[in-house]
Amino acid sequence: MTSTARTPQIGAPFAARYRYVIRSGIELLHQIAASSRDLAPIVVVVAFFQIAVLRQPLPDAAELLLGALLVMAGLALFLRGLSISLFPLGEAMADAFAVKGSALWLFAFAFALGFATTAAEPSLTAVAHEAARVAAGAGAIADDDGSRDAYALALRLTVAFSVGAALVLGVLRILRGWPLPWLILGGYGLVIAVTAVAPPEIIAVAYDSGGVTTSTITVPLVTALGVGLAGAIRGRSPLVDGFGLIALASLTPILFVMVFGIVLHG
Amino acid sequence: MAEDTGFLALLWTTGLDTVLNVVPLVVVLGGFWLVALRRPLPHARRILVGGIYVLIGITLFLVGLEKALFPLGRVMAAQLAAPELALGGVHWRNYGWVYAFAAAIGFATTVAEPSLIAVALKANEVSGGGIGVWGLRIAVGIGAAVGIALGTLRIVLGAPLPGFIIAGYLIVLVQTLFADRAIIPLAYDSGGVTTSTVTVPVVAALGVGLASVIPGRSPLLDGFGLIALACLFPIIAVLAYAQAAAAMQKLRRR
Repeated sequence: MTSTARTPQIGAPFAARYRYVIRSGIELLHQIAASSRDLAPIVVVVAFFQIAVLRQPLPDAAELLLGALLVMAGLALFLRGLSISLFPLGEAMADAFAVKGSALWLFAFAFALGFATTAAEPSLTAVAHEAARVAAGAGAIADDDGSRDAYALALRLTVAFSVGAALVLGVLRILRGWPLPWLILGGYGLVIAVTAVAPPEIIAVAYDSGGVTTSTITVPLVTALGVGLAGAIRGRSPLVDGFGLIALASLTPILFVMVFGIVLHG
Repeated sequence: MAEDTGFLALLWTTGLDTVLNVVPLVVVLGGFWLVALRRPLPHARRILVGGIYVLIGITLFLVGLEKALFPLGRVMAAQLAAPELALGGVHWRNYGWVYAFAAAIGFATTVAEPSLIAVALKANEVSGGGIGVWGLRIAVGIGAAVGIALGTLRIVLGAPLPGFIIAGYLIVLVQTLFADRAIIPLAYDSGGVTTSTVTVPVVAALGVGLASVIPGRSPLLDGFGLIALACLFPIIAVLAYAQAAAAMQKLRRR
């Protein structure tokens, strides 16, 4: 696998030389078997409703089988990468910032991480364009491509900013050891208060934007970062203080998008 | 043959999208490492290899979903929502199969959600095995199932979303007062990870499909909101699961 591992073993038997490769291959096969269990409920639900309720044959079984195999292999590879790459990377970042001891750099990093990953999130782009159509339909903006694109971009930047702010707040909470329920329940109290004055057409979009911000790659990284930070700081428990960044990143977009709606829709 | 080129094109565009989507992340991580931290990254080669695994894994995962699940899920959501119209008219009782499908597919897609698996693995590691990976995933899946089923009921009834959200948060508030302090942050986080790669496309199709076939509902206004409820109810489910587990333990000790 690696050149450093290969050099001292020249002449060693095949199995010894490629032990690492063989072992990871076996591990991967194990993981593929485990993924089939992860996927089984979806297959059962789809097959049951298609055959028993809608009474239709499954279309193109070969295509379905190929798709299912790809999903299984993909999930297995992702989980393998998770344990050797994303989790260690998040922990290494947390350790390095803890050693450096500069809260300002840590806040800057947290903001940049939240902002950059959210601005590029494809499901957010899709929601932003839907929201622009809603706004145009409600007469809040002109119904042409230019205004809709500008609206969608402004909405994306708003959500990205709110996720960056959430991660800064979440990291500050870990450093200070503030209890999470105060922030979350207080935040949702604020959300409910703002809902009362927000334009009706933005409310459902705002609530949904909270759910689409956290992607498959960001979640493990951010989780490992929070848990790593809590583990590196004396007196913090990884379980009590390390989790909660994702919850904050799901909350602030709701609030910011409603404020965005109040400002733009008037 | 046309089928094959379509497949390869899908693989290529999905792979390219996946790589492009992580560019900002790589820039931020690399930038801060070089400018602020300036020290050797431990296990750099492993992390790089693992990163490539992650990218290939997500690509295969998305292509597989696009090949197998998404088209079928969309068609099924539309078919389940439609035929009842011809029968007894728009009445919430005529949509039983829609709620059942919403709950079942909500559970199944959430349990398979990679980011939920990641959080469950981390929680298991941090709690020293006290929090089970499957226990957490099933609790979150049940929460998502209830949330999405309620969301479809809301679309059929035409009831306003904020009422459901406020009721849900009042439940969370009361549960938080009585819950074990150690489980609360994890429960709150489970709300945010339920809706991702697998769940959102199917659930969004269900909401929009349902809202477009029921007279008086606008797909743009009423189709939203399912995701919000799918994020809220897992919090309730995880807190309830923890409380039930604690109560069971107390009973057993007696």
